[in-house]
Amino acid sequence: MNINLAQEVPLTWYLLLSAVLFSLGVVGFLIKRNLITVFMSIELMLNGVNLSFVTFAQQWHAVKGQIFVFFVMMVAAAEAAVGLAIIIAVFRARATLAVDRIDRMKL
Amino acid sequence: MHLILFFVFAGFCVAGAVNLLLQSHPINSALALIVVMTSLAVLYLLLGAEFLAAAQIIVYAGAIMVLFTFVIMLLNAGCEARTLGSRAARAVGFPAVVAILAIIATVILNAQGLGVARLADGLTNAKGQTNLEQLGKVLFTDLLLPFEVTSVLILIAILGAVALASHDGSVEQGTVDREHRAERTGDQ
Repeated sequence: MNINLAQEVPLTWYLLLSAVLFSLGVVGFLIKRNLITVFMSIELMLNGVNLSFVTFAQQWHAVKGQIFVFFVMMVAAAEAAVGLAIIIAVFRARATLAVDRIDRMKL
Repeated sequence: MHLILFFVFAGFCVAGAVNLLLQSHPINSALALIVVMTSLAVLYLLLGAEFLAAAQIIVYAGAIMVLFTFVIMLLNAGCEARTLGSRAARAVGFPAVVAILAIIATVILNAQGLGVARLADGLTNAKGQTNLEQLGKVLFTDLLLPFEVTSVLILIAILGAVALASHDGSVEQGTVDREHRAERTGDQ
């Protein structure tokens, strides 16, 4: 493959970046001990996947991939609103945000 | 030019994500996530998705992260404590994540026929329509029903968020019910 690197970037690099972002999100999800930061790691994973959607949309010149990202953004907005409301409710009931201390579903 | 922009903003992305993991205070993590999202918007521009770049800034870096910072300030979240659970997660989690990353990277690197991204690409298609024009056309004809259903979803999410976070919400209702039940069993 003959690529002129001055004007062109291989889509493989974009896909690798999205894989790295997703993995960093998984790491954050596992090692962070604060409920809000864990939630932020999920957003990071969503962003990594979105980047690969946009990359594939560019690869096949199909606009549907970008529309999928649009829908992911809408669902992420709804998810953030509900999730943060749940975090507020949990904080009100437990007075802590440490995930280790929130170990029961019952109030 | 494209290459330089890609490297600069991919570097910002990865640096922001790593910073998110290393910071112990949630507000610093939130700011790092804003950096990641904003540089992703630039990468979307490089991939010829102008509408998504704007939506990324407005929805993600704007709305969602403002929500996050508000909640962090509202709950006065402090530094997180290192515990036994986090050490176990590190011991098991890191090899697993490295394995996942290795598998995904192998698949990507072995994929045949992946093209290149050019700056001029994707802004217009063969018929001379801009990206926004194509998106709007598909979104309001073929995918009109899913698009309208998302508005219902957002409405339900608003109602759910208000119901969950309000003072008279289900949490305090639950405690009242429990006290009520305790009184009744005490009577018997």
